Amino acid sequence: MQETRSIAAIEQELTEDFAMFETWEEKYEYLIDLGRKLPMLDASFKTDDYKIKGCQSSVWIHSYHKDGLVYFEGDSDAMIVKGLVSLMIQVLSGQKPADIVQAPLSVIENTGLSSHLAQTRSNGLRAMIKQMKLDASVYGASSPQ
Amino acid sequence: MMAESQSGYNVETIRNLFPILNRKVKGRDLIYFDNAATAQKPIQVIEALTHYYSHYNANIHRGLHTLADEATAAFEATRHSIQHFIGAAVPEEIIFTKGTTESINLVASAWGNTHLQKGDEIIISSLEHHANIVPWQMVAEARGAQLRVIPIDDNGVLDMEAFQNMLNEKTRFVSIVHASNALGVINPVEDIITLAHKFDALVLVDAAQSSVHLELDVQQLDCDFLVFSGHKIYGPTGTGILYGKKALLEMLPPYQGGGEMIKEVTFEKTTYNELPFKFEAGTPNIADFIALKPAVDFIQDIGKKNIHAHEDALLRYATEKLETIDGLHIRGNVANKVSVVSFTIDDIHPQDLAILLDNQGIAVRTGHHCAQPLMKRLGIVGTTRASFAAYNTFEEIDIFAQALNKSIKMLK
Repeated sequence: MQETRSIAAIEQELTEDFAMFETWEEKYEYLIDLGRKLPMLDASFKTDDYKIKGCQSSVWIHSYHKDGLVYFEGDSDAMIVKGLVSLMIQVLSGQKPADIVQAPLSVIENTGLSSHLAQTRSNGLRAMIKQMKLDASVYGASSPQ
Repeated sequence: MMAESQSGYNVETIRNLFPILNRKVKGRDLIYFDNAATAQKPIQVIEALTHYYSHYNANIHRGLHTLADEATAAFEATRHSIQHFIGAAVPEEIIFTKGTTESINLVASAWGNTHLQKGDEIIISSLEHHANIVPWQMVAEARGAQLRVIPIDDNGVLDMEAFQNMLNEKTRFVSIVHASNALGVINPVEDIITLAHKFDALVLVDAAQSSVHLELDVQQLDCDFLVFSGHKIYGPTGTGILYGKKALLEMLPPYQGGGEMIKEVTFEKTTYNELPFKFEAGTPNIADFIALKPAVDFIQDIGKKNIHAHEDALLRYATEKLETIDGLHIRGNVANKVSVVSFTIDDIHPQDLAILLDNQGIAVRTGHHCAQPLMKRLGIVGTTRASFAAYNTFEEIDIFAQALNKSIKMLK
C-alpha cells in the first residue's frame, strides 16, 4: 500500500502546480479542469442529507471511514466550486481523522486564485471545510487510535 | 465601438462626477453593471455628507441653535425635493425610513394590524422581491387573512385576466412591484390601481427599481402608497421613502414609539405628533437624507427622460449583443422593461460566470435576486443580471460581451 502523504505535502504540491500558471485564466482553467475530472458522485448521495448549502451554488459531500482513514467524495452544480471540492478532496481524502481536524489548510489562499474565492461565504467553501472536519471528528471519536 | 446615440447626452461629463468609476478591479477599469442592487454616488452626494459632518452636524427639529436650524432646514429640503420627485401633493406625505423594506413593513404592520380581518385577501404578484412577500405573509398569518398571487407567463408578464378574476369584495390590499428587480419587466400599475380601487382595495407600488428610471407622479397614478430607496437613485444607503396619501397616513397608528413621534407624553397617555413625524421615531438618518437631495438634483438636472433614453439604448444594444450568444436565454425578454438584462446560459451556473467576469473587472449580480418564488416559477436556480445606469457606456457593453464569451469558452 502506498504510504499516505501528509496534508501539508499535498498542499505544497498543489500550490506548486498553481504557481506554474502565470495568468488568472490559466489558474481558473486548471481549477475548472480539476472539477471536470472529479469522479462522479453517486446519485444516492446527491440529496439534502449530504448537501452543504452555499448562498448560490450547492455542494454535496459524502464521507466514509476505512482502515482508520477518512475518505471524501463530492460534487457541486457550479464548475469553479466543483474545482474547489476537487482540491479539498485531494488534500483531505485518505487522511487520519485527527490530521484532518487539525489541518490549518492554506492551499486555496496560496493558489493565487482571487482572494474572494477563498473568503466569500457564498461559494460555501468555508461550510464545506467545516463539514469535512466535522465528519472526520465524528469518525475520530468513534474509533480512537 | 459605437458612438453615443443620445444627442446632447454627454456620458463622459456624467462619468466624471463619479469618483468610483476611476478605480481598477483586477487591474482593469471597473465596469459596474450592478446598478439594480445599488447605484454609485456622484461627487455632490459624497461632498454633502462630509460637508454636513464638517459644518453643521446637529440633531434636528428641536434644537434652538444655529447648527440645529441648518441641519433641520437641509433635512426638510430633501423631503420637499422627494415630494416633487414623485409629484406628491404635500411634503408631509413623504415619510423617511431605512429603505424600501422598512417602508413596506411599516404599511403592512400599521395598516394590516388595524384593518385586516379574518378572511380578507391581500394580492401580490409572482414577480415580487422577498421584501414585498414576507411582510404580507407575516401580517396575513397574524390576522387570519389570505395572500393571493398574480401569476405570470414565461417572460415574466403579469396575467391581468387572472388578476381581474382574483379581485373581489374581500380584496383589501394590492401590493405590487412596478419593475421587477430580477427581470426588469414593467408592470401595468396604472391599470392595477384602477381595477383594485373599483373594489375599494388599497394599492402599494414598490418603486424600488422604477424610481430611478421612470417618471413617477403619485397623484396621476392615484396609488395609495409608493415606496423606494435612496441608494438606488444615486443617493446614500439607509434612506428609504414611504409615500402615502395624507388621509391614509393620518388614519394609521404609529409604527414605532419613541422620541420625535410624540406630541405629549405622560405615564397615563401619549398623544402623537403630526405627519410625517408620527412615523419617524428617534433620531433619523440625518446626514444620508441631507445627501439624498443632491442625488435627486443630479437626476433632475440631466432629466429622467434623457437618462431613460440613454439607458434604454444601452439595454437594446446589450440585448442585441447577448442574443447572438449560443445557448443564452434572456429572461423577461419583453419590450416594456427598465435597463436590466437578466439571462441564463445552458449548462453554465451563474456563479461561475460572476467569478470569471469579476476577474475581468466586471460587476454583475447573480443568483435568485431575493425572488426565489419567481426563480421557481421560471424553473431556474438563478440568473446573471446586468443592469445599466446613467454613467454606463456602449463600450462597456462591448467589453462585457467579449468577457462573457471568454468566460463561456472557459467553462464549456
